[in-house]
Amino acid sequence: MQNGNTEKIWELLNTVPDPEIPVISVVELGVIRNVEYVNKTYLISITPTYSGCPAVKTFQDDIKICLSKNGIDNFDIKLVYFPAWTTDWMSDSTKKKLLKYGISPPSKKIICPQCKSTSTSLVSEFGSTACKSFHKCNECLEPFEHFKCI
Amino acid sequence: MSLLNYTLRIADSSLISGQRLAEWCTNAHTLEEDIALSNIALDLFGQANILLEYASELDGNKTADDFAFKRNEREFFNLKMTEQPNGHFGDTIVKLFLFSSFNFLFYNKLSQSKNKNLSAFAFKSLKEVKYHLKHSKSWMVRLGDGTKESNKKVQESLNSLWEFTGEFFEMDEIDNELNKKGIGVNNKSIKEDWNNIINTTLLDSKLKRPEDGYMQTGSKSGLHTEHLGRLLSEMQYLQRAYPDAKW
Ligand SMILES: [Zn+2]
Repeated sequence: MQNGNTEKIWELLNTVPDPEIPVISVVELGVIRNVEYVNKTYLISITPTYSGCPAVKTFQDDIKICLSKNGIDNFDIKLVYFPAWTTDWMSDSTKKKLLKYGISPPSKKIICPQCKSTSTSLVSEFGSTACKSFHKCNECLEPFEHFKCI
Repeated sequence: MSLLNYTLRIADSSLISGQRLAEWCTNAHTLEEDIALSNIALDLFGQANILLEYASELDGNKTADDFAFKRNEREFFNLKMTEQPNGHFGDTIVKLFLFSSFNFLFYNKLSQSKNKNLSAFAFKSLKEVKYHLKHSKSWMVRLGDGTKESNKKVQESLNSLWEFTGEFFEMDEIDNELNKKGIGVNNKSIKEDWNNIINTTLLDSKLKRPEDGYMQTGSKSGLHTEHLGRLLSEMQYLQRAYPDAKW
């Protein structure tokens, strides 16, 4: 595809799942910051969620595979750090998907994904990944993870 | 050249601190704490990586990996605090708390740097360091205001690590030069806020603030305690034994 249709690129990127939370795409996660068409090349700017996020390498590879499969090879991926990624970039529909998947979405009020109770307690600031904290529900007693607001 | 050196100082403190914390992986007393310390280490490696990539750009010759794995002890500029051995869990928490409280204030200032790379880095790292501070602070209170034994142990940790806090606020020629240009931080200007964080936390933790006595210095010119060499010999082993190995 040589015609500079950046919308088509966004569409394709929206089919690339987050490697750790496959119910949302890398676009929904907010790590794709920009797609430009410069000198016959698509320049895709991505930003990591956390500095040490080990998924960054995986989503770069997944993006490459997705675009190549769709016959696009004139692209470059650039890492940018400003503005810093924030959970504010997640839409309400993305947050709903997280909750349904079993992860309490970023919000001031933490909700248990199992029984939707808001009576919960913090177990640890750090869950299975740096972007999540670990909680338990005081109602149904189930443990769960919460996407930290940053 | 000054900018490269300044960048390496910040990168090295993150890298060495991360390497030390990573030693806790599979060794902490609970699974939650194991994961917490490893995640903090990962943040610090990520921060070091951003800066070492920038250092590589400034240098024009060495790669980020060259900086991490092929420099000798005297070419590292990390704060001496960060290379100190982990000791027991209380020692690690005190070290993490002292370092994170400094980093929190330092990055807050650095995020206003005129240098776009440094300000973007600081702004991003600040979000992560907030959690490092929160986590270590809550452990300070739990251990200090815990049992007689836990209080005694962290008080000893605090007393023995205190001499490494002097370096946080030192200013040398490079610091002064970059501060004048609006790029670097005036470390002395964050001392008061740091004192506030320390004093309130120590009060909550029922711990006594040690007196400033002999204070360590030297890391800005590559002088270190004997622990850095041993840390590097482990961290750099593979690249030293099999240069440029890839897998
Ligand atoms: Zn519940």
